[in-house]
This record gives sequence, C-alpha cells and structure tokens, in this order.
Amino acid sequence: MKWMKNLKSYVPPSFVVERDDYRCIRCKACVEQCSFDATFYDDEEDRVWTWNANCVGCNRCAAICPTDAITVKRAEPSYRYNHNWNGHVDSLKKRAIYGGTPVVSMGNDKPYPIYWDNMLLNASQVTNPSIDPLREPMELKTFLGRKPDSIHVDDSGLKTRLTPQLELDIPIMFAAMSYGALSYNVIESLGRAAKEMGTYYNSGEGGLNKDHYKFKGNIIVQVASGRFGVHKDYLDVGSAIEIKIGQGAKPGIGGHLPGEKVSETISETRMMPKGSDAISPAPHHDVYSIEDLRQLIYALKESTEYKKPVAVKIACVHNVAAIASGIARAGADIIVLDGFKGGTGASPQVIRDNIGLPLEVSLAVVDERLRQEGIRQYVSLVASGGIRNSMDVVKAIALGADAVYIGTAALIAIGCTMCQQCHTGKCAWGISTQDPHLSKRVNPDMASKRLINLLEVWALEIKETMGAMGINSIESLKGNRLNLRGVGLNDKELEILGILPAGE
Amino acid sequence: MELAKDISGCGIAGFINTDGERISGVDIVDSITLMKDRGNGLGAGFAAYGIYPDFKEFYALHVMYDNEHARKVTEDYLERKVHIEQHGGMSTRPIKKKRPIFFVYFVQPREQSTKGESEEFRLEESDEFIFKLVMFINENIDGAFVISSGKNMGVFKGVGFPDEIANFFRVDEYKAYCWTAHNRFPTNTPGWWGGAHPFSLLGWSVVHNGEISSYGANKRYLEMYGYKCTQKTDTEVVTYLLDLLVRKHNLPLHTLAKVFSPPLWSEIEHMSKEDRELYSALRVVYGGAMLNGPFSIIVGFRGGMFGLNDRIKLRPLVVARKGSNVYMASEESAIRYVADDLDEVYMPKAGEPVITMLTDEAYEKVYGSKERTYV
Ligand code: SF4
Ligand code: SF4
Repeated sequence: MKWMKNLKSYVPPSFVVERDDYRCIRCKACVEQCSFDATFYDDEEDRVWTWNANCVGCNRCAAICPTDAITVKRAEPSYRYNHNWNGHVDSLKKRAIYGGTPVVSMGNDKPYPIYWDNMLLNASQVTNPSIDPLREPMELKTFLGRKPDSIHVDDSGLKTRLTPQLELDIPIMFAAMSYGALSYNVIESLGRAAKEMGTYYNSGEGGLNKDHYKFKGNIIVQVASGRFGVHKDYLDVGSAIEIKIGQGAKPGIGGHLPGEKVSETISETRMMPKGSDAISPAPHHDVYSIEDLRQLIYALKESTEYKKPVAVKIACVHNVAAIASGIARAGADIIVLDGFKGGTGASPQVIRDNIGLPLEVSLAVVDERLRQEGIRQYVSLVASGGIRNSMDVVKAIALGADAVYIGTAALIAIGCTMCQQCHTGKCAWGISTQDPHLSKRVNPDMASKRLINLLEVWALEIKETMGAMGINSIESLKGNRLNLRGVGLNDKELEILGILPAGE
Repeated sequence: MELAKDISGCGIAGFINTDGERISGVDIVDSITLMKDRGNGLGAGFAAYGIYPDFKEFYALHVMYDNEHARKVTEDYLERKVHIEQHGGMSTRPIKKKRPIFFVYFVQPREQSTKGESEEFRLEESDEFIFKLVMFINENIDGAFVISSGKNMGVFKGVGFPDEIANFFRVDEYKAYCWTAHNRFPTNTPGWWGGAHPFSLLGWSVVHNGEISSYGANKRYLEMYGYKCTQKTDTEVVTYLLDLLVRKHNLPLHTLAKVFSPPLWSEIEHMSKEDRELYSALRVVYGGAMLNGPFSIIVGFRGGMFGLNDRIKLRPLVVARKGSNVYMASEESAIRYVADDLDEVYMPKAGEPVITMLTDEAYEKVYGSKERTYV
C-alpha cells in the first residue's frame, strides 16, 4: 500500500493536514485534487485520510473543500533543537537514503537579507506638491534598448534614427518561463495579459507553440544554451531576442526539463524526441568568452535584420559589474540581471541556496559602473529575481533599473502557493505541469484577468508613490537614488547601494 | 488668534530690451524687491548681460573667496592656465555682516593651453576650456567659487534680501540689456553665498522657483557627461543641462524646452508623424534630462532670455511686453511696478517656452559679431 510507512526512509512530514471529521461530507474532492498522493479515501471506514509525509503544503485540498473541513499546518520538527543543525538533519538524511542530490524549485528560501525591506521611499511635503495620479497625468511608459548620447535636431526636424526599442506601457514584464516548465494555459494567460497591458512576456527557452504566435508584438523570445525551438519564424515573432546566459536560481548550470514533462506538443515545440529529458548545457557551447557572445549577439541581429533589440540575461554573481560592462560593450541592447532569489522550475538545492548575489546590490553596482564608464545610455537594465510587490519595482527603478521582470509573482497571481514542487510536474494548481488533467485547472480567461488586475493595481500603486514624490513621469525616478534612504544597513552596504542612511 | 500668512516659494524676475539698449539695475532691483514675501533673506541675486562692453572678448570670471588664501591659490592657478587681461576686486558697498570677498577676472585661454598653435583656435574649444577651468576651481580649491564665467555678463549674488544684495554689489551702477533676479526662500540648502541664484556657467544663468523632484536622476545623468554637482542644490542641474544639451549637443532652444518639459505621451500620440518621431526620440534619449516637479525658470543666455514652466504648471510665471522690452516674473505686480501701459500681459501655458532674442543688429552691437552663439 502506498501509504505504508517505511521505517528506513522515515523523515518527519513538513506538513500536517487536519480534517475536521464532523465537517467532512466525504465528497472526496480533496482526494481528486491532491496530485501528490497525500490524500486517500478508505471505503471500509468511509473516511478520508492524509498521508502527511507526501503533503507539500500546496493548500489545493483546503481551497477546494466545500465545507472548510481542511486545515494544512506546517509541522514543527520535533527533534531536539540545535541551531547549527536546524534543517540539515533531514536534508542530509535524504541524500543518504536516496543517494542523489535533491532538486528543488521556486526561489531561494533561506533567510538572507532582503535589501528592499531596508530601503524607504521619499515623499513631498510643502515645498513640493505631491501629485494625485487620479487627477493628474502620471506616465509609466518605458523604452528598452540602446540610446545614443545625443540626437541631431535641426529646423527641419529629427536627423537621427534610433535603433529599435521595446515600448512598454508599464515597466513590468513577465520573465522567461518556458512552455514545458509551465502549462499551455499559463502561457496563454501570460500572453493575453501582456497584450492587454502593453507589455511583454518571455517565451523562455522552450520555443513557442504555434498557437502563441498570435501574441506577436508582445513576446520576447529566448535563445538559451539548448537552442530548443529556435528557428527563423521563432526569432521573427519576437519583439526582442534574449540570450540566456544564466539564471539567478542556478548560476553556472544549465536547464533540465524531465522527460515526463516532454509531451507530444512540447516535443514538437522544442524540436526534440518525446519523453526524453531536455537538457540545456551549462554554457552555450559557442560562447566561451565575451568575444563569442559578441558574435552570437550579432548573428542574431543579422538574422533579424537589426530590427530587434537583443537582450542578454545573466545571473547576478560576484563580479557582475564587470561582466555587465563587457556585455554592454559586446553590443547588447538590454541586460537582464537575475538576482539569486529568482525562481526556477528545477535546480539542485545546493546551487539555488548558495550561489549568486542579491539583485538589489547587483543592480546598484551595475548601474553605477556603467555610468562611470559612460555607457549606461547604450544599454537598458532589467531587474529580475524575487520582485514581490509594486514597491520593489519602484525601489528597483530608483536604484537604476529601466524595468523589471516578474515570474513567481505572476504565478502567484494565478494560484501558485509556492509549494516548491514545480520540478515534479505535479503542480496541483495546474501551473507547472504538462498533465492535461491538472493543467486544465488554469482557465486562461480567469487567469489572464487576474494577471491584468495585478499589473493594473501595481501600476496604480507605482503612480501613487511617484505622485507622493512629486514625480509625474517614470524617467525622473530612474536611478534617482536620492529618493531612497537606508534603514538598518551598515556604512559599506549603504555605499554599495549608493544611498544615504535615513536621517541624512 | 491671528492667522499667520503662509509664505513659501521663491520670486523670480527678468527683462530684456531686444534692441540691446542697456538699462540700469535700478528697475530689476525694484521689481524683485516688490516680491519680498517670496524670500526670507537667505539668498538673492542678479544676472546682467552686456555689462562689460570694453571686455566683450573676454570671459568675465566672477569669483567668490572665503579667505585670502583661497584667492592666492586660485590666482596662481589662473596665471598658469589663462591669459588675464585685467582683474581686480569687485566694487562693493560696506555691509555689517560677515561676507566673502569678490574678484573679477577678464580672461582668455592661452592658445597653447588648448591646442597646438598651428591649429586654428576654435571657439567651442575655448568654451570647453573655460568650462573645465571653472569646474576644477569649484571642485578642488577650498574657499573659492566661480559664480559666473560668461563673456560680457556677470552674476551678483549672496545671502540677504534682494535690496541688500543689490546695494552691496552696487547693482544700480551697472547697465545691462538683460537682467534676471531671484529672491530666495531656501528650504533645502544651508544659506551659503554661493548657493544663491542665479546659477551660472559660461553664458548661461538660471533663476528658478521650485523644487526639482528629478534632481537625483538629473544629477546622475549629468555625472555621466563630466558635470559634477557640487553646490548641494537642485538649480545647478538646470544650468549644466542647458550647457550639455545646447552647447554640446546643439539642440535648438525650443527643443531643449521640450526636453525639460516634455509633452505627455498621450499628446505625442496625436501629433503628425514627424513630430511624433521627434518628441518620442527626445523623451527616449533625454529622459534623464527631463525636469520633474514644480518649477518656473528664467534663463539668461548670450543674446537672449527664456522662461519656462513645468509641464503641469505648478509654479507661476507671467510674461509681458512693452515696445522692445520683454518682462517675465513670478507675479504680475513685479512687472507693473516697473512698467506701466504694457502692450501685452499673459501667462504662458504649462511647458510652453517663451524665448526672446536680441535683434540681429542689437546682437552685433553688443557682441561685435553677426554669428550667434548662446554662450
Ligand atoms: S492537496 Fe496539497 S495540501 Fe492538500 S494534501 Fe495534497 S499536497 Fe497536501
Ligand atoms: S507552480 Fe505549482 S508546483 Fe510550483 S510552487 Fe507554484 S503551486 Fe507549487
């Protein structure tokens, strides 16, 4: 029996599902909904049981239960407390029992500092009127791409032609999440929302399903080391092309889509055999140096006739400023900085939890470095990885970003509860799965509406704070670090972030 | 209980005679002094164009010193760098409070200090040379500060009410074809003589009422192009932006105004194709130079004056004309006090620049050349 306990492989459950037997009407909805085999119905006893060890805490059962009979609780480990070993006992045991390194998903969940929460924003009082965005114009329009230092204007008008720019009605885009990692319906929802809101979603590295070519004008297509699904039509559909060098959740390693997720349509989109693992190598095997990157950037520009900006996405690592400077000089129009808290569909736990650099710090040093070198105009910066709310967006832009990507936040908007099981392909919320039974749980009409709501509310919140600062256009917030003050940061951190402490 | 009057903001005023007729400083002092409420005695100043006709070929450096040592260091530096045609202490009337000392130097870069003698000596290069010289002194010489550096113009400013500052500098004894003035109500910078308006660099001078919320963004934008903001106040960025965008990037003045106060995207959408391209490009490329927040400014430059408001008009600006005189001020009263029977009075729309220029004959008379430059 699947719920039989095995002494040798026992690790205490992380969650306990409590079911109020008086309320439970034996509808078995939870049994049907739990994709992790944690809930079952016993005919003989006419009872619904939970196998706590399998529960991932996704809360799908609690959400579906018509009588509110279910409460999912975090289980406190009952070992003797040891600060040094806290959390490591089970993690060590799993390696010993299964002989493999655990793979995890979503972003780093360790209690590293969150610099966003140590920065406060400014507002106007008396000397400068605050502006009410409901009554006065308030502009968020943003352009990503290379800008010249100056333009030539004479009496007959503009004499300089700008290189192609991505035009965003709001400075928020949906980050690269591939078809394969996510279900068809989720991609459909992201595409619809991006179109409605005048922004872009990123195809991720898995190519583009033919059905989604209809979102042309709102897609950024990604070219990653596996080159899955990359061909002429694909590049042409993109408004911009993003070369993925690295990802914040797993700097230095490639991608892995387990064979179970490589269905018929995925195999077709990715141009690879059904059921086989899709492995993206750690590096691009044609990019071993910055000169090689330059060649790839220009190869992509050539093949799209210089009509599209080319972005390069890197994970934030220790010398991110120097790397970004090199990328700018290699001809990229946009640099995407993916902080170490960025999400993933699958990453070895050790990598996700220990490698990289905070986005806040990376953004600050990259923006400053590019300015010092006088090349900041030539490249746009997109901040990505762990953006949780509209104020993170405002702070990112004040630190120096042109725009941000959101990934996890978008998934949460359509139901994700951050149970960190994306790599299993069993997502009970129908998001990170290719199981048709599960993926139909996402209804594109409703999900896209939720994404639109989210972006609209964030946009309003951003406008409110800009108005409070007395700013009516987003370009005046960009790199405006005087509108940030640090609290609880040491001198060195303040210096690196380029902000003043509160009170100064 | 008596209700205290809520006073805030600064006062600005300026006028130009487009025929180049030089007018004494008495009127501008009266005009700005009338708006006494708009200052709090912590700063006032004047910019005057056409005051040094005998030295019109030379950059007139108005330098403020905290002490004799700073003067010594600066003069040593100037002697090494430039040809000094003439110099001397600026004539002032005695005042009671502690104050810096002021000197004026009429200088020209030496040919060898810019490019090899064989090469033709170009005007832009000498402007750039003086620009760097001024930046160097302001940044590196403790206690010395160049308050203006244009040709045939000068700035007089300090801590006090406008009439006090005017009296101190003997503003009434100068004659200029264009005057601008400022009465300051500082809230965000300490009362320092160098921190008063106008802010000036080469031929530019700026008087400003308002607070620039985009200061942090503008400052970092300017830093990319070698401008160091040392004066701890927002108006400085306006002066440097003018210098960068007009002197170095050659933007026409009305285009510059659209960089400072750009049209809304919703307006750009409805423009003709050419304008749409132009205004989009300006916003895309010069976003860092946009001035956000409430402001009205009067800019003096070689051969003209222009006034501008922020694009949602959060600060007052009135313009009037009488014959060949054009007046601008925060309040209409400040204009009417010195000029009655005005031909025209109006309030420019938000973000609409008002640009006035010397006539061609007047320009030639004042500057001795037909070809116009703004600095
Ligand atoms: S649906 Fe989710 S929360 Fe409920 S039992 Fe299954 S895994 Fe646990
Ligand atoms: S996408 Fe699904 S599996 Fe992944 S964290 Fe969210 S709810 Fe869990």
